[in-house]
Amino acid sequence: MSIQFRSDHLIAIRQHGEQAFPAECCGILIGQLQGDSKIVHELWQVTNTWDQGENPLADGESSNRRFLIDPLDFKKAHDYAHQQKLGILGTYHSHPNHPAIPSEFDRNNAFPWGFSCVIVSVHEGEAGDVKSWILDEQDQPVVEPIVVVDPALSVETLALV
Amino acid sequence: MPTTVLIPAPLRAYTDNQESVEIEGSTVGDVMDKLVGQYAELKRHLYSESGQLRNFVNVYLGDEDIRHLEQGNATPISGSATLSIVPSIAGGSR
Repeated sequence: MSIQFRSDHLIAIRQHGEQAFPAECCGILIGQLQGDSKIVHELWQVTNTWDQGENPLADGESSNRRFLIDPLDFKKAHDYAHQQKLGILGTYHSHPNHPAIPSEFDRNNAFPWGFSCVIVSVHEGEAGDVKSWILDEQDQPVVEPIVVVDPALSVETLALV
Repeated sequence: MPTTVLIPAPLRAYTDNQESVEIEGSTVGDVMDKLVGQYAELKRHLYSESGQLRNFVNVYLGDEDIRHLEQGNATPISGSATLSIVPSIAGGSR
């Protein structure tokens, strides 16, 4: 059980978190499953739509403490992944001024079906830890080890707006 | 003509590792019923115990969310069609 990133993916996640600060950023991980391992091929940055339009989960918090991925954005990434013979492996988001540890709100809303939930901690605009989490059989978050490989390629981050 | 149902990667473990499956059905609901009938372990991941689609599960017919279609689950399917199963994902730091 692990999730493999190229080092430039992790740089891109940290940069996205810093750019979005003090709001939370979010994105989608596209790649392939190999047994118990996930291999990330591409990142899709998506807009945090928590404060935009209809939000069935609205709880009085702002996008500084919440993120929401528009299902239509998820669908576009899903279609793209299908065309590439890949799949969506999970998502990432930032925790501004908070550790890279899933909240109860994350546990309830960010982990469906075995998706990975990658969190980058951003303290006063500077990115720190990046950790990946999945739910165990008791629906409790556990760390999913991150394997980092040399990129050899340029950053492959696609913006989806 | 069967409908193509695209399966999210983590759920392919329940569809014999298929990225998509072909299901014959006359409506969206008919196809979804047959999908979870054919791949029984999918059901608990998509439907609540009361049989309703889970809140975070969205089903798209082409590019349309079926919840936004006038006939919803009863929307007829004709010709070649694709259903996508897409989650709503949210979270937050506290």
